[in-house]
Amino acid sequence: MTATPSNWSWLGRRLLLALPVVAGVTALTFVLIHLAPGDPIYALAGDGGSPAYYADMRARYGLDRPLLAQFATYASLVFSGDLGYSFMFQSPVSRVMLDHLPSTLLLGTTALLIAVVAGVALGVMCAASPGTWFDRAVVVTTSAIYAAPVFWTGQLLMLLLALQLGWLPVAGMTSARETLTGLAYAADVARHLILPALTLALPFTAIVFSVTRASVSGMLREPFIAAAAARGASRWRLVAWHAVPNAAPPIAALIGQHAAELVAGAALTESLFGWPGMGYLVLHASLHRDYPLVTGAFILISAGVVIVNLATDAACAWLDPRARLA
Amino acid sequence: MRASPKTIGLATLAVLALIAVLAPWLAGIDPAAIAGEALLPPSGQHWFGTDDLGRDLFSGVVHGSRTSLVVGVVAAALSMSVALLVGGTAAMGGGAIDQVLMRGTEFVQALPRFFLIILIVSLFGSVYSIIILVIGLTTWPSTARVFRAQVQSVLARDFVLAARASGGSNAAILMRHVLPHAAPVLAAQASYTIAGAILAEAGLSFLGLGDPSVLSWGALLGGAQHFVRDAWWMAVFPGIAITLTVLACNLVADAFVRSPQQ
Repeated sequence: MTATPSNWSWLGRRLLLALPVVAGVTALTFVLIHLAPGDPIYALAGDGGSPAYYADMRARYGLDRPLLAQFATYASLVFSGDLGYSFMFQSPVSRVMLDHLPSTLLLGTTALLIAVVAGVALGVMCAASPGTWFDRAVVVTTSAIYAAPVFWTGQLLMLLLALQLGWLPVAGMTSARETLTGLAYAADVARHLILPALTLALPFTAIVFSVTRASVSGMLREPFIAAAAARGASRWRLVAWHAVPNAAPPIAALIGQHAAELVAGAALTESLFGWPGMGYLVLHASLHRDYPLVTGAFILISAGVVIVNLATDAACAWLDPRARLA
Repeated sequence: MRASPKTIGLATLAVLALIAVLAPWLAGIDPAAIAGEALLPPSGQHWFGTDDLGRDLFSGVVHGSRTSLVVGVVAAALSMSVALLVGGTAAMGGGAIDQVLMRGTEFVQALPRFFLIILIVSLFGSVYSIIILVIGLTTWPSTARVFRAQVQSVLARDFVLAARASGGSNAAILMRHVLPHAAPVLAAQASYTIAGAILAEAGLSFLGLGDPSVLSWGALLGGAQHFVRDAWWMAVFPGIAITLTVLACNLVADAFVRSPQQ
């Protein structure tokens, strides 16, 4: 897809559709905070004050204003990037989130890469030879992996690869006792990355596998494949050259559909392996009742999921021009 | 005749339901009581071993089935009710009603469910009923869209026109013609929803965000986290229980998707 004006307007329209979602998430968060038990005035002004003192404090913090006016203030702050102040970190929420974003991105993209490469490779192999014992074994194994909770497969991998065999570090992102720089540091992080990335990749490998197998074997039944075979194309060429490229859009769409699950899986994986990313951060914030951090994280993650959906929509349109009509 | 995946799935779920109902008789030991020494490996006396406090894990897994199944079934029932109401109203109403309901459905579908549950649990506390409610109220969109499409396609058929011509009301057409057609798809959706709800509850309990007063497989796995090195049994058995249950639900759902006219 080249950047023609019509394509830009298509992307613009998609972006406009994303805005109401973020606005809705902000409104939902505001309503939930207000419905939650407890009056914030006691957190601001302490217990045992006189009614006049509380009234004064309410006026000072704008808590006596109508709810809609309070929401307007809240929404304008959220949209200008001010998500509040984290109790736990004594620092702005947006700042704390940005600090933890790179580790999550590293984990998420590595896992996604493993899942797509392994899932597509297995899917193509099974679609090319359906019904063989290899095909059946992979189908059964991936069904079981898809059903297993990600934190449990992670525990088993940790038990096997780190605790029993001692091949990989158990948890964390770096070796705590060493101060490494440059390449040695990168290698250290990579060693710590393997277990969590593998854990997170497993269920998505199962999903990518299942979609690839279905769409490639569907493609192989299309008339144009028979035509290519009649022209003398080898089976390998048919699969690699004709069937796989046509199976790419559903795989891209799949990643968009499962973006939220990927972030949720990342949170569980991060918590299991002590990986210092955003999911780990949200859980700690929740356990320590750091409300500004939890609410801010929810808004940011929602926006992030919408952006990933947009990006995969764009990728689908690029891979398959027919999708641009939708 | 070989057993189909659907039969295997349904049989597994039936056994699980039986275990949940008969839990007190199957596992005589109180799952919360100290039944022996801490961290005992599996043996004739403690089939799944004991945990770090000396509680019997077999009893924990057997009693934990109740939590998972109740969360799965109640959340899915709630989710299906909302989905049928929204999807049915949108398809029968059409026009502006359809537009508004579908935009709302897309919005709920775009919410990162797991983090919404975490947000609500941290604001309102970890209460069993709140967790079920949130899972139920966030999982309906895909079913609502599927049901809407089903209703639309059935309404466009000739026999519905005939039913209308002979004076059938909307409600009668929905009950007599639409629901039977949509039943296999709805069964598949319900089954997937149960699996998703069980996984969501397990994840939440694993993280320590579940209801602390309720025993669950996820909580057992969360408790195993610090003892994986010394007591593999703490992590292995509750995990197998979750995986088997979810796998059984998925098998049943896949079977309904593949052969919708069965």
